[in-house]
Amino acid sequence: MSKTLEGLYYSESHEWVKVEGNVAIIGITDFAQHAMGDLSYVDMPEVDDELEKGEEFGAVESVKAASDLYSPVSGTVIEINEELEDAPELLNQDAFANWIIKVEMSDPSELEALMDAAAYESMCANE
Amino acid sequence: MEENLLKTCLYDKHTALGAQMSPFGGFMMPIQYTNITDEHNAVRHRAGMFDVSHMGEIFVSGPDAEKFVNHIFSNNISGIPDGKILYGMMLYPNGTVVDDLLVYKEFEPDKYLLVVNASNIAKDYEWICAQREGFDVEVVNASDSWGEIALQGPEAEKFAVETLGLVPAAGLGFYTYYEAQWKGARMVVSRTGYTGEDGFEIYCTHEAINEIWDILLQAGVTPCGLGCRDTLRFEAGLPLYGHELSDEITPLEAGLGMFAKIKEKDFIGRDALVAQKEAGLVRKIVGIELQDKAIPRAGYPVEVNGEQVGIVTTGYRSISTDRSVCVAMVDKAYTELGTAVEIRIRKKVFPGIVTKKRFYETNYKK
Repeated sequence: MSKTLEGLYYSESHEWVKVEGNVAIIGITDFAQHAMGDLSYVDMPEVDDELEKGEEFGAVESVKAASDLYSPVSGTVIEINEELEDAPELLNQDAFANWIIKVEMSDPSELEALMDAAAYESMCANE
Repeated sequence: MEENLLKTCLYDKHTALGAQMSPFGGFMMPIQYTNITDEHNAVRHRAGMFDVSHMGEIFVSGPDAEKFVNHIFSNNISGIPDGKILYGMMLYPNGTVVDDLLVYKEFEPDKYLLVVNASNIAKDYEWICAQREGFDVEVVNASDSWGEIALQGPEAEKFAVETLGLVPAAGLGFYTYYEAQWKGARMVVSRTGYTGEDGFEIYCTHEAINEIWDILLQAGVTPCGLGCRDTLRFEAGLPLYGHELSDEITPLEAGLGMFAKIKEKDFIGRDALVAQKEAGLVRKIVGIELQDKAIPRAGYPVEVNGEQVGIVTTGYRSISTDRSVCVAMVDKAYTELGTAVEIRIRKKVFPGIVTKKRFYETNYKK
């Protein structure tokens, strides 16, 4: 059984967003890491890359498949989690404690279109 | 969709073990029981077993059997001894591949067992029957009544002999088989496999295959899914129909010319291969190794100076070598070992070097 955290925003493509001021901290959910299995690579964008909401910004890869990552918000990448370059398994160990990118949001109102924990849980229950 | 999928005789064993099941070749098959890496390593270092009951068994017999099989098969079976197995392909007249398969010379005159890919059983049977005119042969598709387990890994022989009591298995040379019995049922035990390790493929009735599965599981052999079957065969440089071979690819392009005996005999597709060889290949399957950890996967473009020069057919972060490697169909100009190419992975391109298409040193017993 995968877990969710209260107080985060969730996308239909299984990213979570934690908001700190104008910055969106983005990772993948426990449900997603569980579905992917052991991760062997995380493909991340470059700092300063501009992302549109819904745009592919990288991927998480297991032995057998790559799963694209989609930005839940628009903005500029201000930091990537370099730890994941050598240790993608951190996402398997704790998907919520290990973020992937931080984005300076250009339109924080986009957050309103995302799900809360309860809505995300019920979406996962139907998958 | 799902109700049309077939189940192998071991289906209930897989679900009882909690395997992740997925459609493959028309069957619901186990992809993994625990995880691909552990199962892969079990085969490389100890012993693993695969349900390969989805594979097809087609028997060809009759006075013209040898002549007929040689007519439809790219390798040369003339005069091979009883118990010998040859790998090769059936080709269309244009030289592309109907299927790749094993031909077993049975311990009876004029009788052969053809083991074909699950996804191609119906197509192959139809193709074989359509070539029969003028040959006195009988063709029987017995795929539904045979189950098959592949027991693979450096300890496979130990489990075959000590656990299953298949003592003669120890004496088998690579690509040979012997006829055994399992409680009165006919059993075929061959020293073959699809992993790059030593091992055996065991064919028998559904009931016997279920018993053998349980005995091996009890003895500690790791059940392995199709996930690691693919990573293992890929590292060993073995092709998979639909990826490195297809009805759009010839054996020469796949680098499997040694299994198409164009100088020794005639067979369907031979003339096309001779012509292709004379004209020179325009593309070929090669290995490519990336410096980066990014993972090349089937369908990704191979590029040189921003121009596409090929396409990845299979790729992984290789479990046994911890390198990002792939095989790809590439324009002939870029197939020399050491050639610098790039692979486009999503939005980025990653530099790679053309290598051999075998990434792991195989450990077959001769």
